[in-house]
Amino acid sequence: MDAKQSKKLDFSPILVPLLSIVVALAFGGILIFIQGINPLLAYRVLFTTAFGSFDGIAITLAKATPLILSGLAVAICLRAGLFNIGAQGQLISGALASAWAGYTFVGLPALVHIPLALIFGAFFGALVALVAAVLKAYRGVHEVITTIMLNSIVIALSDYLTSNPFKEPDQPLTRTPKIQDSAQMPDLLGLPLGFFLAIGLSITLWWIMRNTTTGFSIETIGRNKNAGWYAGISVKKTIMLSMLIGGAVAGVAGAVETLSIIGRFEPAFNAGLGFDGITVALLGRANPLGVIPAAILIGGMRASGSTVQFEAGVAPELVDLLLAMILFFVTAPLLARFFKNRKENVAMTSGWSN
Amino acid sequence: MKLRTSHYLIFAFLAAFTYFYSKDGLVATSVLYTAIQFALPLALAAMVGVMCERTGVVNIGIEGTMLISAFTAFFAGAILKNTVQGMLVGVFTGAMMGLLLALMAVNWKMDQIIAGVILNILAAGITSFYYRQNYSIPSTLDPIDLPVVGAWPILGPVLSFHGPITYFGIFFILALWFALYKTSWGLRSRAVGEHPSSADTAGVSVTRLRYLNVTVAGAVGGLAGSYLALEAVGIFERGFTAGKGFTALAIMIFGRWNPLGALAAALFFGLTQAVTNQLMIDEVVEIPPQFINMLPYILTIVVLAISAGKVRPPAAEGIPYEKEKS
Repeated sequence: MDAKQSKKLDFSPILVPLLSIVVALAFGGILIFIQGINPLLAYRVLFTTAFGSFDGIAITLAKATPLILSGLAVAICLRAGLFNIGAQGQLISGALASAWAGYTFVGLPALVHIPLALIFGAFFGALVALVAAVLKAYRGVHEVITTIMLNSIVIALSDYLTSNPFKEPDQPLTRTPKIQDSAQMPDLLGLPLGFFLAIGLSITLWWIMRNTTTGFSIETIGRNKNAGWYAGISVKKTIMLSMLIGGAVAGVAGAVETLSIIGRFEPAFNAGLGFDGITVALLGRANPLGVIPAAILIGGMRASGSTVQFEAGVAPELVDLLLAMILFFVTAPLLARFFKNRKENVAMTSGWSN
Repeated sequence: MKLRTSHYLIFAFLAAFTYFYSKDGLVATSVLYTAIQFALPLALAAMVGVMCERTGVVNIGIEGTMLISAFTAFFAGAILKNTVQGMLVGVFTGAMMGLLLALMAVNWKMDQIIAGVILNILAAGITSFYYRQNYSIPSTLDPIDLPVVGAWPILGPVLSFHGPITYFGIFFILALWFALYKTSWGLRSRAVGEHPSSADTAGVSVTRLRYLNVTVAGAVGGLAGSYLALEAVGIFERGFTAGKGFTALAIMIFGRWNPLGALAAALFFGLTQAVTNQLMIDEVVEIPPQFINMLPYILTIVVLAISAGKVRPPAAEGIPYEKEKS
């Protein structure tokens, strides 16, 4: 959107995230150094594990798959001026629903079963988002609080369901039965099929945002609600639509993780995927295509966290700390101002009241 | 005087209490005692919101402020082997988080919701990276036996024998109410939150007041975090604040951005939780524990759904202040 406005070629959408990653790594390096560990060693292990070999890259992309989708879920809502912190809850809901669909239906061909389980995931992800969307559109309740509360509610509810009605029989563990073979998502070219699905969804949503009136409505409402209202766009409908798209995409993220990696639903196995989506979306500048490289970077860091602990002796929570700092630097206008003289304080989300 | 919903609630509460007290006095008073314990961190955290939003800054990072303060309070207390010093470290940490929010929201004019989320993620990252097992504080903060009140019937066992942060917290909430409505600081703060350019014209420094209030509010959040780690349970775990900072925002809205209103709302939340806990212990109702855990979150959403639209937030909150240039 910046390119159209300024004649000069504008690199800051790429340079600012890159620079903030470098600055965050530098600060993280200082913290690692204080712990008496060579930060260069830690980072070398981190990046060679994630990106140094074909196998490593395959694992990284598998880890990145749900992050692309959860980042997309947050990014689409950000476009509409909504801050969807509930990707986590929507993702868990989708994961559980797809696991249920995966083990309950027997005798379906894979070509039917996999899409069916994915649709279950999308539907139940959207269902969780619906609560926040209705409250936002019709009651003006801020989506940040409702989505966070919904996260906790969904986590508790999924825990209840997996330890009672959906529990695998004759097993001490709280988890659902394994999904049928026909629901197992296959690999393609050594990469999980879900990865291609995620890329496809990113491109589709990018296209929708650019070329359709729906996308235009979402963008307009996100920039200025009143302008959108004057232009005859239904603010309520647009809020509902973008939240539901976000919820459905987050639900698919959970479904893909269930159907291709975990193979069942176990509470806490999806922890953090939705929250990382926030970092992915902001690092990708809320752009449906920008979330792809952001998710691959973060997926790589997540994939190699335990190797870093093993080989360099740094706790894997280092990744959490690095992500927090990346988020801080990417959103703080310090670096953006370094490149531009114009003030960049365009509000991405709406305030409390609307 | 017109009867309002709150009056009916008070009547209902008194009737229910009389009934339960006649059945088992000990249990009835202990439920109320527990309700205060549940309510206090929520009430204090809601004060963080009240102080920030009344001057026009949205603070969604209360959760993170409490989390990291509980963390520093606990580990400082464990390492220094002194709970009181731990508490001071916790309060200081909270103030630093407030200062960071002020820096992002007031100075850099960042989107305040995103700034708050950064505080939360930063706190989660730091506390999980530096978390260590096998630390313990020498003791929790000692409860205080109130001299006169403690001997009163019914009220004595409810109000007495709470910890020092509880008493200070309640005193602070009353003092904040007084300061907000009866002092020039309060008038200025509210003016900055409603109409900053007018306040500026009248000679109030919007920037300075926002900095001050958000930082002090951070310290209060630090106190709430210290309460959880040092007075309520005496341990620290990852993700240990469990959404209380967000529930506090709902309480703030429910209490109409008024300290006393928020205190009442927090007591209502605390009472609901205490009663449900008691029902569980008595095995009156068979509710799965997961649903008990859900209760405060569902209550938060319901309360927001009811009170939204009926209450009006400070007009200038969430908007960075730009001095007009002539």
